Amino acid sequence: MNSQSDTKTITMAHGSGGKAMHDLISDIFLASFDNELLSPLEDQAQIDLTQLIAIGNRLAFTTDSYVVDPLFFNGGDIGTLAINGTVNDLAVSGAKPLYLTCAMIIEEGFLVADLRRIVKSMKSAAEAAGVQIVTGDTKVVERGAADKIFINTAGVGVIPAHLKIGANQAKPGDKVIINGLVGDHGAAIIGARKDLAIETDIESDCQPLNDLIAALLTVCPDVHCLRDATRGGIATVLNEFAQASNVCIKIDETAIPVRSEVRGICEILGLDPLYLANEGKLLAIVPAERAEAALATMLAHPTGSQSAIIGEVVESPEEVVVLRTSFGGERVIDMLVGDQLPRIC
Amino acid sequence: MKYVDEFRDPELAKHLIREIESLVVQIGASENEPLQIMEFCGGHTHTIFRYGIEQLLPKAIELIHGPGCPVCVLPMGRVDDCLALAERPEVIFATFGDAMRVPGSQKNLLQAKAEGADVRMVYSPLDALELARQNPSREIIFFALGFETTMPSTALTVLQAAEEGLKNFSLFCNHITTVPTIKAILDSPSMRIDGFVAPGHVSMVVGEEPFQFVACEYKKPIVISGFEPLDILQSIWLVVKQIAEKRCLVENQYLRVVERDGNPVGLKAMAAVFELREFFQWRGLGAIEHSGIKIKSEYAQFDAEHRFTMPNLNIADPSLCQCGEVLQGSIKPWQCQIFGSLCTPETPMGALMVSSEGACAAYYNFGNLPQVMAAKSNREQSTTIS
Repeated sequence: MNSQSDTKTITMAHGSGGKAMHDLISDIFLASFDNELLSPLEDQAQIDLTQLIAIGNRLAFTTDSYVVDPLFFNGGDIGTLAINGTVNDLAVSGAKPLYLTCAMIIEEGFLVADLRRIVKSMKSAAEAAGVQIVTGDTKVVERGAADKIFINTAGVGVIPAHLKIGANQAKPGDKVIINGLVGDHGAAIIGARKDLAIETDIESDCQPLNDLIAALLTVCPDVHCLRDATRGGIATVLNEFAQASNVCIKIDETAIPVRSEVRGICEILGLDPLYLANEGKLLAIVPAERAEAALATMLAHPTGSQSAIIGEVVESPEEVVVLRTSFGGERVIDMLVGDQLPRIC
Repeated sequence: MKYVDEFRDPELAKHLIREIESLVVQIGASENEPLQIMEFCGGHTHTIFRYGIEQLLPKAIELIHGPGCPVCVLPMGRVDDCLALAERPEVIFATFGDAMRVPGSQKNLLQAKAEGADVRMVYSPLDALELARQNPSREIIFFALGFETTMPSTALTVLQAAEEGLKNFSLFCNHITTVPTIKAILDSPSMRIDGFVAPGHVSMVVGEEPFQFVACEYKKPIVISGFEPLDILQSIWLVVKQIAEKRCLVENQYLRVVERDGNPVGLKAMAAVFELREFFQWRGLGAIEHSGIKIKSEYAQFDAEHRFTMPNLNIADPSLCQCGEVLQGSIKPWQCQIFGSLCTPETPMGALMVSSEGACAAYYNFGNLPQVMAAKSNREQSTTIS
């Protein structure tokens, strides 16, 4: 165990490029993320192209930054989010996620123990998703210049040649499927925020979706649209599909799976579960004739055991999402103006 | 979910709608000459849109969405006063979240916060009091707004602050009252309303008595209603039934919450701390006599208007806005000349587009009517061109 990184808090020295930083990298990051692409510690990871070409014909490349507050919550932390979020952004293209980067901006005074805990979560999440963290960067900024820790992960994956998934591919007649309960992540963050004084056992749904997507694509290779519904909830993603595909999406309020505790929190705070954030929820739009097979496959997968068909695509009114309410009426589900809650991921 | 789903039962809704339909036929109302029923409260407006109640009702009933959204009706000058307070370096300005986006003449509280003002979102005035205890070197100003529903909690917070002897806590009081506003609507020459669905939470505080004048003097049926969709349908049914039976009464549908005499403890706290202003300016409706509330002089130390200087300007509503006409039911939201074009929930110009409880925002967000769709697509075209 190295003496430098056993100091209790991160100091400016840890970001200076000097010995303290090297100790921190080898003790915390290398020890956890160890793999043959990372270990040479070059300024870049060097990836063999022949291996990529064997999987498909397009590189999927994405990046996301994670600023969630609080850092630790029921069901996950900023580290699990940083892996699963980027893995899922790759996977919804149909890509096999392969390599991630990890860049951290840490506020001076941050507890080393918390950093270890976050890195440990990232290691477990990466193993669960079958990806490697192959390069990274650490910056330390003065107290007040960042809030505790911000993490950016970029990722690459490879898309098999036969897949053509896109938000603009939805066609009238298609069915809309979700892989389980909506709004758990948003509700877990609300529960973790002490200022709201709501006690709840709800856990974030933070999970990788790549294995579920791979299973779905084997029975339904012609999936039209796939997206993970994070910030802005399923309402936002459905609007993105409706606009990009120039169609109307009609969903049934009674068909959408929502935990009763989540409904309760929403009732109290005046929120709508359709706009609550998720971190492991997939919206799939599939041709009607494959919907039942797709649903059965998703239900059989651990990440999709509460999957449900929640609606369908119709021609008009174009670019609109309509909800059939449990009360028997209809209303439009628009994009959210502003955030229901800030810094949820 | 228990205690919620019972009030959203679609089968019971169908039954009520059939009852309403037959009464409407009996009255002889039609799509061309509909019964106009105003739900005063923004909370009711929100439920009506959220559950699509308007489309379930017969076309011979037209719902007029009233001014009961305190965020919406706050005049621009008062928002500018808020900003002036929030931008003072010694001040922590505590506010309910939905007030953050209300436009002032130059900007809103969200923009002021981005520029460095210390604006904190709270869920209760007691949270603001806690901020005052934790930050003895700062001045904590709570942005108090709302109808009678929120007045008891504000009043009790002032009493608590007085008891603790807190020196760094004050209110910017923008409370408004329901009754003079309903009266102003009833006195308006263009008024066409046949009956009212009265605000349930306000009534929980004030009781049934303050609404008697609507039935006795103006001869209009009025029913105090809860906020679940079945509450509202049942209240509409009760209003229509009164019309059919040619009765005018204050009826209480929200018996599970509203006592006849209201909440005496709350009323006592309000009477101790507050008094009526002679006039209060409303966005969209102009000045209404005795509709505003201020802090009594004996609690002046907790009155931000007493302790801090503010611009205190009267700023006219944007000239293109037709909020007043929408509020009085003489036009529908989408008939306003700037609905969906210059005035949207992202950049609200008029009062009723500001909060999700405002009628225009509700139509814009939830409306599935061809007219609303047309207004929205006009906006998209104009955005593309520019």
